[in-house]
Amino acid sequence: MNLLQDAYQYFLQNQSFFWQATREHLILSFSALGISLLIALPIGIWIAKHEKSAQVVINVFNAFRVIPSLAILFLALPYLGLGFVPSLAALTVLAFPPVLINTYAGIRGVDAFVIEAASGMGMTESQVLAQIEIPLAIPAIVTGIRIASVEVISSATLASFIGGGGLGDFITRGFALFNVPIMLVGAVPVALLALSSELFWSLLLKRYPAAGN
Amino acid sequence: MVNALTDAPSETNEKRVTQSGEIVFEGVSKSFTAESVPAVDGISFRVAAGDLVVLLGPSGCGKTTLLKMVNRLYEPSQGKIWLGGQEIHTLPINDLRRQIGYVIQQVGLFPHMTIGKNISVVPRLLGWDEDRTRERVEMLLELIGLPASYLSRYPRQLSGGEQQRVGLARALAADPEILLMDEPFAAVDAMNRERLQGELLELHCKLNTTILFVTHDVEEAFRLADKIIVMRAGKLVQYGTPIEIVTQPANEFIEELVDTKNILRRLSLVNVHSVLKAKENLSAETFPSKPVEKDTPVLHPEDDLRSVLSLLLSSGSDPLEVVNSSGEILGNVGFTDLRNMLYSSQTTEMNKCNELLD
Repeated sequence: MNLLQDAYQYFLQNQSFFWQATREHLILSFSALGISLLIALPIGIWIAKHEKSAQVVINVFNAFRVIPSLAILFLALPYLGLGFVPSLAALTVLAFPPVLINTYAGIRGVDAFVIEAASGMGMTESQVLAQIEIPLAIPAIVTGIRIASVEVISSATLASFIGGGGLGDFITRGFALFNVPIMLVGAVPVALLALSSELFWSLLLKRYPAAGN
Repeated sequence: MVNALTDAPSETNEKRVTQSGEIVFEGVSKSFTAESVPAVDGISFRVAAGDLVVLLGPSGCGKTTLLKMVNRLYEPSQGKIWLGGQEIHTLPINDLRRQIGYVIQQVGLFPHMTIGKNISVVPRLLGWDEDRTRERVEMLLELIGLPASYLSRYPRQLSGGEQQRVGLARALAADPEILLMDEPFAAVDAMNRERLQGELLELHCKLNTTILFVTHDVEEAFRLADKIIVMRAGKLVQYGTPIEIVTQPANEFIEELVDTKNILRRLSLVNVHSVLKAKENLSAETFPSKPVEKDTPVLHPEDDLRSVLSLLLSSGSDPLEVVNSSGEILGNVGFTDLRNMLYSSQTTEMNKCNELLD
């Protein structure tokens, strides 16, 4: 209990720093998620349509995932330097696989008979994709985004190691000073952000008509 | 309502690529690369516009393959297919498909679209304006006997039978000349199936659409068909009316399929509608419609001859009037007709005997 009180005290004393760190954390996370969506969604759709390349592409991105995020940060260091950019790059790579694999699986998972009905009725291939396959893959895709967002928000704490800022600054500072309350000022908000992101995507999905299937 | 169904307003810019519902197959074969035996092997036949023709045969006989060549889900390896006088490969594929209704066993409704959206898919593809589309959708929903409140529901909220009705409405949305149905009622329970079959017959009478209907269910085939194409191992074995198939089976395979040696079975396969049609062909005789006595039972076009026989025996009247769903008298069927039907089969049996003696 004392720990939390101390942490709260520290938070009150360092409010401006705290809010700035939170803002950095969110900007970093959302940018990484956004960029990986821009790249992974089209690739996911493309490999769903080109089965032969699918395994190769998925394996390549899975291989990236096996490398620890921290290692990616330090590997990027010589090329991208310190700060925001390398952090963003590492987190983007991290967000890739869940989005990519879920997009692929979502589109592949659309019932073959639904596709047959659609093309038998005279929809062109792109109409089938836009009006049938993608809408029906939305639940899987959103699940992928949900997983990615939680991973990115929690992993964004690592950015602090290479000067990327964010709530991880409190954790590294607390660690350096052997001060647990300071670490909590970083760790608790990160956990809350990750949880609320999870909740947000789940609720969003509940409102989607095809989700009840 | 009948007029509203068939008069598709012609002022829109949609292209009608075919002129009538006539279907002609000319030496059509289809081999899938993996198999050495062709799935469909040199089949030729002609379906007159407005006929309901059933493709009947055991699974794997090529009937579905044949059907899917009509809307070019499969391409024939050989031969030509003509719809309304035009070879289908000369037509833009999606224009062709938008004019052919397509119903499959698994229904394939789009789960993320409401019933209204599902039914209006083809009209929207054709660029109909909203008013016309909505009018058409509401009319179709009424036609298939579902309340207007269903328009905003999703497919998963409907029973299997209701879903298949919606599938049918969706296929009919753009007033197609031709309807392809691939075992549409196979996944529906027996009671609903019979109702759906009755509804399909009624619809067919109202719309006069050419229907190609695939099934492996002999009863269903005989109940629905104007004509039946019996297929086996990719080949057309016999093409004829239900009466012709029952009374003059082309070979032992068909005798076995319809169990023609059994008289009651034979009667149960032929319905009143087919008998009336055969009588029309034999003579232009018209039936003076006399008032039907109150207690005399009446026949319906979809009744099979076995139940007709039992009604004839139990009611003591002969012949019995045939009445359609709106109460019009269509003709009559009596013992003579049953006997004629069985007799014509005996002549063929005698012919066969003669052939054997020769």
